Amino acid sequence: MDEKLVTISFTINGENVTKQLMPSLLLIDLIRDKLKLKGTKPGCMEGECGACSVIVNGDAINSCMYLAINIDGKKVTTIEGLGDSKDPLHNVQKKMVDHGAVQCGFCTSGMVMTTKAYSDKCLEEGITPTRDEVKKSLEGNLCRCTGYARIIDAAEAVYK
Amino acid sequence: MKKNELKVIGKSHQKLDSKERVSGKAIYGHDIELPNMLHGSILRTKYPCADIISIDTSRAEALKGVECVITAADIDVNNISYKRDHPILKKGTVNCNRDEIAAVAAKTKEIADKAIQLIEVEYKVKEGIYDPFTAIEKDSPKINEFGKGAEKFGNKNIAESFHYEHDDLEEQKTLSKVIVKKTYELPRVTHACLATSNITAKFDQLDGRLTLWSSTQVPFLYQRDIAHALKMDPSKIRIIQPVIGGGFGSKLDMYPFEPICALLAMKSGKPVQILYSREEEFIASPTRQPMVIELTTGADANGKFTFREIEIIKDNGAYTSWGATTPFVMMQAFSSLYQVPACKFDSQAVYTNNPFAGSFRGYGNPQATFSIEINIDLMAEELGMDKAEIRLINANYKGEVTGQGLHFKTCGAIPALETVIKKSQFDQIYNESKKGRYRRGIGLGSMLHVGGGAKIYRSDGCGTTLKLDDYGYLTIITGSSEIGQGSETVLAMIAIEELGIPIEKIKVINTDTDVKPWDVGVHASRTSFVAGNSLLGAIKLLKGKLNKKASELLNVVTEDWVYQDGMMLFNEFEIKVDKVAREIHFGSPHELCTVNYFYEPPSRFQDKDFKGDVSGNYAFATQAIEVEVDTVTGNVNVLNVHVSQDVGRVLNPIGLQGQIEGGVAIGIGYALTEEMIYENGILMNPSFHGYKLLTTTDMPNVHFYPIESYDEAGPYGSKGAGEAPLIPTAAAIANAVSNAIGIRFDSLPITAEKVLRALSENTK
Repeated sequence: MDEKLVTISFTINGENVTKQLMPSLLLIDLIRDKLKLKGTKPGCMEGECGACSVIVNGDAINSCMYLAINIDGKKVTTIEGLGDSKDPLHNVQKKMVDHGAVQCGFCTSGMVMTTKAYSDKCLEEGITPTRDEVKKSLEGNLCRCTGYARIIDAAEAVYK
Repeated sequence: MKKNELKVIGKSHQKLDSKERVSGKAIYGHDIELPNMLHGSILRTKYPCADIISIDTSRAEALKGVECVITAADIDVNNISYKRDHPILKKGTVNCNRDEIAAVAAKTKEIADKAIQLIEVEYKVKEGIYDPFTAIEKDSPKINEFGKGAEKFGNKNIAESFHYEHDDLEEQKTLSKVIVKKTYELPRVTHACLATSNITAKFDQLDGRLTLWSSTQVPFLYQRDIAHALKMDPSKIRIIQPVIGGGFGSKLDMYPFEPICALLAMKSGKPVQILYSREEEFIASPTRQPMVIELTTGADANGKFTFREIEIIKDNGAYTSWGATTPFVMMQAFSSLYQVPACKFDSQAVYTNNPFAGSFRGYGNPQATFSIEINIDLMAEELGMDKAEIRLINANYKGEVTGQGLHFKTCGAIPALETVIKKSQFDQIYNESKKGRYRRGIGLGSMLHVGGGAKIYRSDGCGTTLKLDDYGYLTIITGSSEIGQGSETVLAMIAIEELGIPIEKIKVINTDTDVKPWDVGVHASRTSFVAGNSLLGAIKLLKGKLNKKASELLNVVTEDWVYQDGMMLFNEFEIKVDKVAREIHFGSPHELCTVNYFYEPPSRFQDKDFKGDVSGNYAFATQAIEVEVDTVTGNVNVLNVHVSQDVGRVLNPIGLQGQIEGGVAIGIGYALTEEMIYENGILMNPSFHGYKLLTTTDMPNVHFYPIESYDEAGPYGSKGAGEAPLIPTAAAIANAVSNAIGIRFDSLPITAEKVLRALSENTK
């Protein structure tokens, strides 16, 4: 409680924000509790399940293992930052819907964000990853409902 | 039943709620924030077995931001659980490492957690009993003071006991050429739902009404249980189900944290929310039943089964949940999976100082099937018979009435076996030579499970209310719950099929006990079957209204209106559905297009001997699983899983496929990686780091071949499908490992460590 507040500026979902934060605040708590973006899910708070994945400067990270002050000067995208008023679902989200990748949905935000970060990089470099590479990219995201097959299908379909 | 042509049913339909879930907009229990809401935290015992000498909450109460603290001394409540043997907050003694001693509500979660640390409890530590075989010894102390074992079952530490038998076991033994007796040990595993347990409670002191945002999968039983616990009128309790982040049976019981949250809300006068951490989820949420099964089975010289004799000791843990009734399902597998001339089944659930086990997808059936299918392999080996052949000659068949009285009006057991044997190239892989570092093997496992609900409660029914509005939009208000399995999508598909209303005009309401009609809950793979039949009944009533009015308006005499694309059609006559609805409303007879229907399945209660046709229909499946064992590391790699399942009729192919793959994944985890490791009642691996769930790279290819047997009891001929895909998986994997390396494992999980140890012992 005695920690000195630190002022940071960042962009989240396209919006420029300046905040005074406690240095110990986790990024997931900034996102969910302070910014009220509830689409990022707390699955384990120990970096094992990937449900809280968000994109920081192009990389998907576990927001439960990342201090909020470390986003100073960076660009953060959460699940709420995908799609726009014209097209409310991003291609990755559409593929997840089409391939039946969603059951309870608690892991889904993390699956989408991880797939988006990975596919953005692949598409930028003109690479179409193999199915095994797609699987590997999602290895840090746990799902208890689906057995992953539909999710992997959806992630692969992003390149088609 | 014949396959009739359908437009919507049988074609893949995207999940109704998937857009909301894929965009992060779905509201789970963790996302709820109410004005002035407090955060609750629970103090659990430091020792799994101890007397509580004193509890001092004064330092917690003095902490700034703490609004209320409760212990057993502050509350007037009833015990909870299936046997009412579980105090909500413990006083006097604690019996397992989940035990709740006190709870705090505070302005923030951090303050609540800090306050919990400030509560001082003085314990007198006792030696606990963690082995059910020790617990049933005569001189063991009584573990649960509310247990009625001495009066009911002649042993103070027996929580529940089942005995079942049919036909003459001794006679069948004399007919047996081979008798195999083997003991199996099944571990404690947990649901590991991605969303941890959660509840938000709000109590209105003005009218004495309690609202709970709860992820229960049985809202109406839960309402009654909460009411009993809190000594309230059930109708004063409103259960709202936010989006549920995984169920798998874990939310079949009500647990202490739920009435605790309500009590904190009642005492503080403010809404209170309790969210489990992942560690707390592992420690304090339910598990599958661990058990030791001693199975003796026989077969005659031709390989025909003669009898099964079963003795089971289940580790009940310190309290008794619905999970203690898993023998209802297990005895069906033992008595009726394959043809079984005689059967004798005894099972005891024994109190220990371990955490109590609950119900988990499959409900005892994965354990039972594991033992049955390995014994079948062993009998085949002794008889020198082919493992596919022995199963085929004993398989269940259409028209069979089993010794227990289950009536298989349709039966896909033989087609399921034949399909996977062929598709998996079973014979070829089974007989190939097993040499070198990596050895491939293949194994079979079949299963039988209820497919049309299960009459274990006084009603196995489901209510539906339909509201067709003035604009032709349909609201389906169903008693059933969506926990991710996709049942509400199936309901919407049925409505599109029958009423020709497009999906954009259909809404499913299913989350509020103040609104929705009664349903027994999500269990026994029953939802699409029971809620589907209930919806079909309601649609028939709605069509009756619409048909009558349309005929009147167009001056024709017919009941044969066809519903298509928002229109009602008959010969050259046509009229818009919404126009008919408006005419009923604004014209004569000035009524709304609203109907109510309650469906009760034709299944019957079993008699006192557990005999009777307990389900509307039965699901059958076989899995053939191909594994590769690395003899250097001991690792078992699952290569291919071939699943053939009698689902009656496929309703939504993509949804069904997801249920199959998801079930198989849990089955593989059960077989190979998952185990809660306890030392003297304390969980040693309460994290995803120590408790290994499958990841994307562990998942094999799953090949699914549905069998459509068109059972007339189910909607369009369908059967329940949700639990089946994980039931035979561990059995088939164990049989495959044996084929690969010639070593039998009679306990789970078959970890690399276990395989390596067995391999090294074998080469000594």
